[in-house]
Amino acid sequence: MSTAYDNAQEEATEGKVYTVTGQDWDELVAAVAGSDEERLVINMGPQHPSTHGVLRLVLTLDGETVIEARTVIGYLHTGIEKNMEFRTWTQGTTFVTRMDYLAPIFNETAYCLGVEKLLGITDRIPERADVIRVLMMELNRISSHMMAIATFGMELGATTPFLFGIREREMVLDLFEYITGLRMNMAYIRPGGVSVDLPAGTVDKIGEFLKIMPKRIYEMRKLLDANPAYLRRTKDVAYLDLTGCMALGVTGPILRSAGLPWDLRKSQPYCGYETYDFDVPTEKTCDVYGRYLVRMSEMEESLKIIEQCLDRLAGPDLKGKPVMIEDKKIGWPAQLALGPDGFGNSPDHIAHIMGTSMEALIHHFKLVTEGFRVPAGQAYAAVESPRGELGAHVVSDGGTRPYRVHFRDPSFTHLQAIPATCEGGMVADVISAVASLDPIMGGVDR
Amino acid sequence: MTGNPPANLPGLPEEPVARTGMFGATGTGDTSGYGGLVVRRAPKLSTPRPYGGPVGPSGRGDFDDIADQLERALGGDLAEAVESVVVDRGELTFHVKRERLLEVCRHLRDDPALRFELSLGVSGVHYPDDTGAELHAVIHLCSITHNRRLRVECAAPDADPHVPSTVEIYPTHDWHEREAYDLFGLIFDGHPALTRIQMPDDWEGHPQRKDYPLGGVPVEYRGAEIPAPDERRSYA
Repeated sequence: MSTAYDNAQEEATEGKVYTVTGQDWDELVAAVAGSDEERLVINMGPQHPSTHGVLRLVLTLDGETVIEARTVIGYLHTGIEKNMEFRTWTQGTTFVTRMDYLAPIFNETAYCLGVEKLLGITDRIPERADVIRVLMMELNRISSHMMAIATFGMELGATTPFLFGIREREMVLDLFEYITGLRMNMAYIRPGGVSVDLPAGTVDKIGEFLKIMPKRIYEMRKLLDANPAYLRRTKDVAYLDLTGCMALGVTGPILRSAGLPWDLRKSQPYCGYETYDFDVPTEKTCDVYGRYLVRMSEMEESLKIIEQCLDRLAGPDLKGKPVMIEDKKIGWPAQLALGPDGFGNSPDHIAHIMGTSMEALIHHFKLVTEGFRVPAGQAYAAVESPRGELGAHVVSDGGTRPYRVHFRDPSFTHLQAIPATCEGGMVADVISAVASLDPIMGGVDR
Repeated sequence: MTGNPPANLPGLPEEPVARTGMFGATGTGDTSGYGGLVVRRAPKLSTPRPYGGPVGPSGRGDFDDIADQLERALGGDLAEAVESVVVDRGELTFHVKRERLLEVCRHLRDDPALRFELSLGVSGVHYPDDTGAELHAVIHLCSITHNRRLRVECAAPDADPHVPSTVEIYPTHDWHEREAYDLFGLIFDGHPALTRIQMPDDWEGHPQRKDYPLGGVPVEYRGAEIPAPDERRSYA
């Protein structure tokens, strides 16, 4: 491997090339000081601690001012959308959950709402399943926002918000593990409902979480809301107003920090969100600080929704009710249970299909291996993810596998706002601007 | 289930055969009894008026309102620009001729009665059996002013995969069109910099196309190979 050779070739076309490997800042400054070049092109990423994952930025600098910011993505492209075309509709949830890995429940819900729309069963999803979906989504919103604020703090050089945020997120992940068996990528939401009912004791566990969390959010606010160092790094930085948001297709907390209370949970409700009591927080500052405030307030609103979910789940109307659609041609046949060898089909179900009913065995086998057929057509389903509108464009040709699934991931769209928010600003503010967009590369590249 | 005309009833023209038999296997003795199975392709939908939709303040369906307003804005017959209108599963789709796509999108965004100011991007779909219109660019629009959604679909034949770029109207389409180009080979004329976005710059082919060759997996057993996903036996 000869870097000298590469450098020589690049220098012939693009000017002097400096290789920076860390802890060599003084040497670089000395070398650049002797140069008569006015502009410096910096290649930031794809492996860089403050670009939020494998994002590559090519910055053209004049002094410390960014003249041009170009974004390069694709380093995490795994072809999830293509892979799904060779799996059944139910298996699709295990793929989409890995897209935006900090908001798996939202990916699953958007996909399942799309499949359910194609099947025409949207009205037949059991109410208990809808409440569980809302509960899980709001828990996930808190964990995602906590992670956003945590990494944001660390990228600005503050480690306490990071430790706080990760600690709080861990509480949500523990709940996820208790409910689904997995901390991330749960494939818990399935077409027709959810994979398994909440285990005993969930309501109490989440009740404890609801007691602790408001204090923790308050701690975070106390740490950051009026912190002078934080304010100077966030106020009036990365300005993006309503016109810019509309043109660039920006939604979610960024749009709401520009003053527009557009939240799909209110404007185009799904999963019964119209029956919950909550507010849509907005700010008018259009800057990084506004986005932070919106995220903080959204977590407080999420806590309100979770509380209402718990009341409903424990109430007499929904207690012990089914969590998967009654239609046996669609609903997953197995009743899952925890056994000595882990999570799997319940002993009762095994006894039924192996011992008493040949038809039940055939049915189980057909539905699990072949899957259900979805009538031909296309549908678009959108949910309000922590980052903005997460849409699933689902196309069926009438078969047992998706013909095409496209995810409109908000992170992908929002990264287009980097030139608009960074150019003309200082290079240090690029970090703040990118972090405030909260891009998740798994969702960007899919 | 909803909105689909019943397929293959007496009196209706039969759709072309998509597949016979099952499991995608040919040449082997079929003992399953599925050998005589004939699966026909889903019919192409086209919805006649009235289009319906959620009832708005005018007392009529929203979808009729959108169609009427677009017709008025275009100043002519809607059918001159919109090849077909499809209402399916409570969603409205306009199949727009590619020559008129820019004009239609501009009216959809700017006309006060339409105001689809937010675009959720472009998604490509490859229908190899839709002869003469194999590649579809699907645009999802949302009107925040009127709180309604619309899908605009624009098709191009495989032999001439050109569709006008809508970046000048919806700047957010920049990356979305690059993605559709990268993965489907749709060429958006007038795009400021139509380059690959997900795949490496020197990649050959467009992976999301249905005819993109998929590789099998060689295994260390007597030269065997796991066949590519599209060649495996399956329920299709």
